[in-house]
Amino acid sequence: MSEQERIQKQKTERASTEQAVVNVDTTKSDQLKSDLDDLLDEIDEVLEENAEEFVRNYVQKGGE
Amino acid sequence: MQVPKVLGIETEYGIAGGPEQDPILASSIIVNAYALEGRTRINWDFDSESPSSDSRGVLNFTSFAPIVETHLANTVLTNGARLYVDHAHPEYSSPECRTPLEATLFDVAGEEVMLRAMNVSNQSLDPSMRMTLYKNNCDGKGNSYGTHENYLLSRDLEFKDVVAGVVPHFVSRQIIFGAGKVGAETEDGLEVNPAFQISQRAEFFEEVVGLETTLKRPIVNTRDEPHSDAERYRRLHVIIGDANMSQVATFVKLGSTSLLLSLLEAEGASVFPSMPVHPVQTVRSFAIDTSLTHAVLCEDGKNRTAWDFQDELWNLADSFVQRTGAPDVASEDEVSLIMKQWREMLDGVRDDPDSVADRIDWVAKLRVIEGLKDRYGLNDYDAKLRAVDLQYHDLRKDKSLARRVGLVELFSSEQVSEAVHNPPKTTRAYFRGQCVARFPEQIVAANWDSLVFDMGEGPLQRVPMVDPLRGTAELTQELLEKNPSVSALLKAMNG
Repeated sequence: MSEQERIQKQKTERASTEQAVVNVDTTKSDQLKSDLDDLLDEIDEVLEENAEEFVRNYVQKGGE
Repeated sequence: MQVPKVLGIETEYGIAGGPEQDPILASSIIVNAYALEGRTRINWDFDSESPSSDSRGVLNFTSFAPIVETHLANTVLTNGARLYVDHAHPEYSSPECRTPLEATLFDVAGEEVMLRAMNVSNQSLDPSMRMTLYKNNCDGKGNSYGTHENYLLSRDLEFKDVVAGVVPHFVSRQIIFGAGKVGAETEDGLEVNPAFQISQRAEFFEEVVGLETTLKRPIVNTRDEPHSDAERYRRLHVIIGDANMSQVATFVKLGSTSLLLSLLEAEGASVFPSMPVHPVQTVRSFAIDTSLTHAVLCEDGKNRTAWDFQDELWNLADSFVQRTGAPDVASEDEVSLIMKQWREMLDGVRDDPDSVADRIDWVAKLRVIEGLKDRYGLNDYDAKLRAVDLQYHDLRKDKSLARRVGLVELFSSEQVSEAVHNPPKTTRAYFRGQCVARFPEQIVAANWDSLVFDMGEGPLQRVPMVDPLRGTAELTQELLEKNPSVSALLKAMNG
């Protein structure tokens, strides 16, 4: 089964909450590593432009 | 006595931007925008709220009772949830759900509600004032806001047994359900100054048991406000937990906790692992130990790591499930999914963290942080790493890192949309949500355990809903369909 089909199948299965299945493929570590590399390659496009200013300005009031 | 584990999650979202740098105003804009869009602006009825009631029976007068605001934006949604401004945050309190998977779906629906509210609000704001919401629990400056779980418990349980039963889980479950963060931010935390912590919230906890939620936060919160028949039920208000971006983490967090509470009701506290001698230190020390090897001394003289606690608790839950099936928690299939995932995540986080990076938030976040550090030689506290930490929780689809790390999703977008609009069928939230959808003009107030209707003439009519397990679709769908007007509905109910 191709990766795409497997994902599709998972999604279909999840359509029924009673039968939700989380497939865990233990042979995926190479894929994970390359996914992480891809994410790191493009992370500057996702992160706020000025990290320092962004982090400094994120101030919240306590809640609860 | 065992009672069905009705449950839900309330989440305060972090908020940035908005006019005048005023988070209360910004939060109000968010809530009101959604309310106007969905025409569900209904007042919350505070008559039966008593957040200062204490489970220990006697009020501890050294405690600050939480203050309830009555004048801030507040609304009830057609899915039975409450969307409002709490302190300086927009908060989504999910409807009451019957199973952990259902409660997870309605928590995810809450993210979608917030995202839609944010997008609608931003359309009317100058671009310089655009607001962003974060599903996280701290700002890195020493301010924390909560993600609280709620579970229906039998009143028969002594509160001291609740404490003995839940502390081992609450100090250790963060190794699976922690959302992770860069560095520390409280005075005590900064003394240790770890590069990374497993939990966003751990360093904010200062007491073992207490009533407060905003200061001197306790591992076990004693707020005794069942929002139901107080003779039969307690509501366990759990304040020690991180907001999860991982749906599987939310699901297993709710599932494992529900199972252990059901076991506690069935067999008492004596079957649970011994408490750590110093629970507060334990929470904090487990949080800074990403190697999961740190052990703490327990009251029985043994040393346990967080992993040891979770392993013992899993085995207890497993044996309980084998013997009883745990029908008060969920169906057989769902319970077995909880147990399977809990086991895999527990073994994976110790033996092969990469294998659970698609389900455990702190592991997923740490991989990105470590990856960036390696690639660019950044120091432990670099602003870029802190930005990653924050943006992991960003609700905007194009800015969210959680959406890019490959987390497993449990629900289709159709299911989430359905849950944004429609209530769970399995609790009184069904009746609440249906009434809000059908009679928005005539409901003048609502809260968890009642609805108040204005009939246009005569006195206001309050409909009590003290039992969370009544008001379900099974019990009220036909009644609602047969009686399209409020007066007919009330007449049929009274008749």
